[in-house]
Amino acid sequence: MHRFANPARFTRIADRVLPFAGFGAVAALGIGFYLALFVAPADYQQGETVRIMYVHVPSAWMALFIYVAMAVASAAALIWRHPLADVAAKASSPIGAGFAFLTLVTGSLWGRPMWGTWWEWDGRLTSMLILFFLYLGHMALMHAFEDQQRGYRAAAVLALVGVINVPIIKFSVDWWATLHQPASVLRLDGPTIHSSMLWPLLITALGFKLYFVTLVLLRMKSELIAARLRALDLARLKAS
Amino acid sequence: MKGLAVIVGRDLRLALRQSADAWLAVLFFVLTAALFPFGIGPEPNLLRLIAPGVIWVVALLAVLLSLERLFLADYEDGSLEQLLLSPLPLELAILGKVAAHWLTTGLPLIAAAPLLAVLFNMDLTGLGVLLLAMLLGTPVLSLIGAVGAALTLGARRGGVLIPLLVLPLYVPALIFGVGATEAALADLSARPNLLFLGALLLVMLLVTPLAAAAALRQALE
Repeated sequence: MHRFANPARFTRIADRVLPFAGFGAVAALGIGFYLALFVAPADYQQGETVRIMYVHVPSAWMALFIYVAMAVASAAALIWRHPLADVAAKASSPIGAGFAFLTLVTGSLWGRPMWGTWWEWDGRLTSMLILFFLYLGHMALMHAFEDQQRGYRAAAVLALVGVINVPIIKFSVDWWATLHQPASVLRLDGPTIHSSMLWPLLITALGFKLYFVTLVLLRMKSELIAARLRALDLARLKAS
Repeated sequence: MKGLAVIVGRDLRLALRQSADAWLAVLFFVLTAALFPFGIGPEPNLLRLIAPGVIWVVALLAVLLSLERLFLADYEDGSLEQLLLSPLPLELAILGKVAAHWLTTGLPLIAAAPLLAVLFNMDLTGLGVLLLAMLLGTPVLSLIGAVGAALTLGARRGGVLIPLLVLPLYVPALIFGVGATEAALADLSARPNLLFLGALLLVMLLVTPLAAAAALRQALE
């Protein structure tokens, strides 16, 4: 794993992966949204508003996935002092916060015609709101120190504490209120959603994931370049 | 074990010499709760309905107030470094400091809670469960708070950061704490909520000293 700790090697690999991830994201999102908006049937109860789901559900998956990925990167950073893991965690959290925010906004837009209110304190939306706050805390802590290394370390500990707490929070919030429909894709007895709706959903989900990969690699690259610029600036100041 | 007792004793002595701090938390607790009738009107039935929730939320905020001081004074005068160098494991030292913090903030809040229950016209049959839930829940607040306080040592705007880090993590304690009290008031069994609260306390008792110790080690590097 430390083979990839070399920024130059990482940049070379990232440059090779980026076009595939980028074009893949554009293609999957294009096909997925076309299927979702034009081909997939309207729901017999929810009508056309069901199409919000094709953005809402993948964003919610991504928001959770990115938090776990960030926690894994943070663990790698704390255990092996892997320098790129820190950069990956830093690059991920604003993207995760963006997906959590998108989930909240689309949930609210969907709730207006369905529940008749912009905001309903139902279990899943509420736990997503708390996850959004956890992301904001991580971002704030990351930038709270003069010394970037200290910010990395503190944020990594916070991400690990957060990832232990996410299931507890999720459980407690479900305990507190359940008004949302029960899960319909990830179930032991197979998805209850019809395949004409499942495929567009999975394709957009893949598109979102590739979009995340593209964005994280770009952000990591720019972070490395920024660090290099700072080092060069310092060297020039010392020389003069 | 002796080292732990020494740390608890030292922090308690320090807190008693500046007993204004502990009083301040209790005062804040009562004062903020007393604002609610002004905000929503003095209707007794409404106040009775929201009493458990208000008492818990205000207790969270009162605990939050005192968190910044948990490690800051020791960090600034260097005694935290001595703790790190001492043969006592840092995790245990943190447990000692958290215990002292709870004795000087959580316990006074529990003592003041009956007063608020009376002010809010709460049905006093639920008072026992409210106090029991606070007895289980407020140590959770101190434990999670210790992680937040340790992480923000030496940060810019550390005091403002702590609520942002800590409040989302307080949600389960709040839910189960209020849940137990409301169940008791509705003549249901408070047992499930209290058991969850106890489980939460045990998990946090294991996890938070490790995390806070990791954070303190970084702060002192």
